[in-house]
Amino acid sequence: MNAAKNSDSAKHNTEGYLRMYRQMVRIRSFEDNANQLYLSAKMPGLTHMYSGEEAVAVGICEALRVTDKITSTHRGHGHCVAKGADFQEMFCELLGKEEGYCRGKGGSMHIADQSNGNLGANAIVGGSMGIATGAAFTAKLLGKDEVTVCFFGDGATAQGLLYEVMNMAALWNLPVIYACENNGYSEYTRTEEIAAGSITARAKAFGIEAHTVDGQDVLAVNALTRQLVDRCRKGEGPFFMELMTYRYHGHHVGDINREYYRSKDEEKQWRDNKDPITTFGRYLTKEGIVTSDELDAIQAEIKTDASKAVEYALNAKYPDSSEVDMHVFAT
Amino acid sequence: MREITLSQAVNEALAEEMRRDETVFIIGEDVADAGTPFKVLSGLVEEFGTTRVVDTPIAEPGFMGIAVGAAMTGTRPVVDLMFGDFIFLVMDQLCNQAAKTHYMSGGKLNVPLVLRTNLGATRRSAAQHSQSLHALVAHIPGLKVALPSSAYEAKGLMKTAIRDNNPVVIFEDKLMYQEKAPVPEEEFLIPFGQANVTREGTDITLIATSSMVQVAEKAAVILATEGISAEVIDPRTIVPLDEETLLNSVKKTSRAIVIDEGHQSYGVTSELASRLNEKAFYHLDAPVLRMGAMDVPVPFSPALEDLTVPIPEAVAANARRLVAGELIHAA
Repeated sequence: MNAAKNSDSAKHNTEGYLRMYRQMVRIRSFEDNANQLYLSAKMPGLTHMYSGEEAVAVGICEALRVTDKITSTHRGHGHCVAKGADFQEMFCELLGKEEGYCRGKGGSMHIADQSNGNLGANAIVGGSMGIATGAAFTAKLLGKDEVTVCFFGDGATAQGLLYEVMNMAALWNLPVIYACENNGYSEYTRTEEIAAGSITARAKAFGIEAHTVDGQDVLAVNALTRQLVDRCRKGEGPFFMELMTYRYHGHHVGDINREYYRSKDEEKQWRDNKDPITTFGRYLTKEGIVTSDELDAIQAEIKTDASKAVEYALNAKYPDSSEVDMHVFAT
Repeated sequence: MREITLSQAVNEALAEEMRRDETVFIIGEDVADAGTPFKVLSGLVEEFGTTRVVDTPIAEPGFMGIAVGAAMTGTRPVVDLMFGDFIFLVMDQLCNQAAKTHYMSGGKLNVPLVLRTNLGATRRSAAQHSQSLHALVAHIPGLKVALPSSAYEAKGLMKTAIRDNNPVVIFEDKLMYQEKAPVPEEEFLIPFGQANVTREGTDITLIATSSMVQVAEKAAVILATEGISAEVIDPRTIVPLDEETLLNSVKKTSRAIVIDEGHQSYGVTSELASRLNEKAFYHLDAPVLRMGAMDVPVPFSPALEDLTVPIPEAVAANARRLVAGELIHAA
C-alpha cells in the first residue's frame, strides 16, 4: 500500500468518523433538551429517550443512502436525527407546532421525515415491521436498489408480526435488515424474563443470516451494516442484527424511580464505561484524528444549535384550528 | 348489454388497472394459481406473473403490514383477505397504521391500498365465516369503505378504489359472486360518495347496502302491489357518505328504513338513522327504522341462520306499518 493511498483513505475516514461523532453528539444533545422540555413542563405528553444508544442509529444510518428507508420506534429521535433530520423541525414537532415535520399532528412518537427516507416512528411496539418489509417489497417489485432498515427493540421481538414478515422476507429475498436494539429492558421488565431462547436464533430459524454486534461501538456497527447493505443491494437479503446497547433513561421520561427493575449501579457502569460518544471520542484523539479541543468545540457548537432550535420551537406557532380535520384523507 | 358475474367484474377491474399501472399488485393467500377459493382472481397470474399476483403464507397481519409499507413507498397493493371475518386479524395494520399514516405525517405520506374482502351470511359457514364487519372499519377515520351491490357496482367501485390515494376497504357480497348483471364492455368508474337511487318512489325510502339492496328492491315490488311507492337508495360507499341524496329522499317521502347486513346494534343502520333523525327530523312522519342482522353470532343451522338477516317480506311488513302510521318498537 503506497503512502498516497494511505493518506487518501485516512482523509476519507476522518470525514466519516467526524460525521459519526457529530451525529452521535447531536442525538445526545437533542435528547438532553427534550428531557429538559419535559421536566420543565414545556412539552405536551411524554417522550422516550434514545440517550446511550447513539452508536446504533448512527452506525447504521451512516451506512445508508438518503434514498434508503428506515422505520423507527417510539424511542425514535435517534433514528430520525441519524437519518438526516433537522433539529428545528423536530423540536417543533415535539412541541406540537405547525412547522414540525408532521405539522404537529404526530409528535414524538410519530415523527416521519420522508425526504430523508424515514417512514416514521411508530407507537405500537413492533408496529412498523410490516411497513419496513413492505418498503423492501417495493424496492424489489420496482427494481430499485434501495435497502430498508427496520429498527425495533428487544421487547418487540415478542410480537408475532416479526415472525410473519421475516418468513416472507426470507422467502422473497427482500432487501431488508431487521435491526434489534437490545437495551436489556422491555419497558419496565428485564428482557431475560420475557424472551426465551436467543434473539438471533429467531431469525436463523427462517434461514436469515443473523449477527450480534456491540451496539456501543459505532465503527463496529457501521462496518457490519455497510457489509450487509451491500449484500442486500445484490439481492442477498434479508439480514438480522442484534445490537447490544443500553438506554440511560427509563422507559419514558417520566420513569424516574426505576430501582425496582434496574439498579443505579448498573446504569452508572454503562454510563462510565461504555458510553458510545466518550469511547469514540477517546479513540479519535488516540489515533490522532482529532484533538480533544476540537471535540469540545464540536460539542459546544451542537449545544448552541440545539438551544437555538429549542428557542425557535418554543416561540413557533401552533397549527391553526382549521387544520384539525385536514389530512384525514389524501386528495 | 352483455352480462357478467360479480366475480368476473372484479377480475376485469383488477386486470384493467394492473395493465394501466404497473405499480398495482395483488397480495394474499392463494391468489395466484388457486385464484382464491371463490375463483375471483382466476387467470390473473397467467397475465401478470407471480411478482404481481403474490401468494403469501397464512399470515394476515404480516401481508397486510407489508402492503402498508409497500403503499407508502410507491406502489398500489390490492390486499386479498379471504373472508371478511379475518379483518380482526389485520386490525392493527389497517386501523393503527394504514388509516392514520397520512394524518400523523401531516399529509406527507400516503397509503394508497385496497383491502378487498367480503361479507354476507346464509352460506352455512357459521360464526367465523359469515360476518358483515364493515361498520368496524367505517368507524375509523382515514379509511374509505365501499359496498358494491352488483357486478356493475363491483367493477366501477374497484377501479375507483385502486386509483384512490387512501386505504379503501371493499366488502363484496360473497353470495353474489356468481350472480350476473349488465356491465358495459367499455371502461367506466363509479365515483365514491355518490349514492345510487335504484328505484324512485314517494311514500317511503328504503336505504340499503350491499347484499340488502336486492332485499329492498324485492320489498319495493311487494309494496307496489299494495299501492305503496318505495324509493330504494344504495349509498355505494358509507365512507364517504352521500348524505345529501339520502336526506333529499327522506324529505320527499317522510319515512325511512335503513337495511344493512351488519349487526344492528352500533352499526351502519344506527349511524344512518341518526343522521336522518338529526338532519330531517321535521320532515319525518315516523321514526327512522333500523333493520340489521340480529345481534347473535351467525348460527350454523339453516333453520336458525335464515332468521338472522333481513328478508324482503320483513322489510315490506315494517314499511307497511310505518306508512299506516303504526308505532313500531324496534328491536
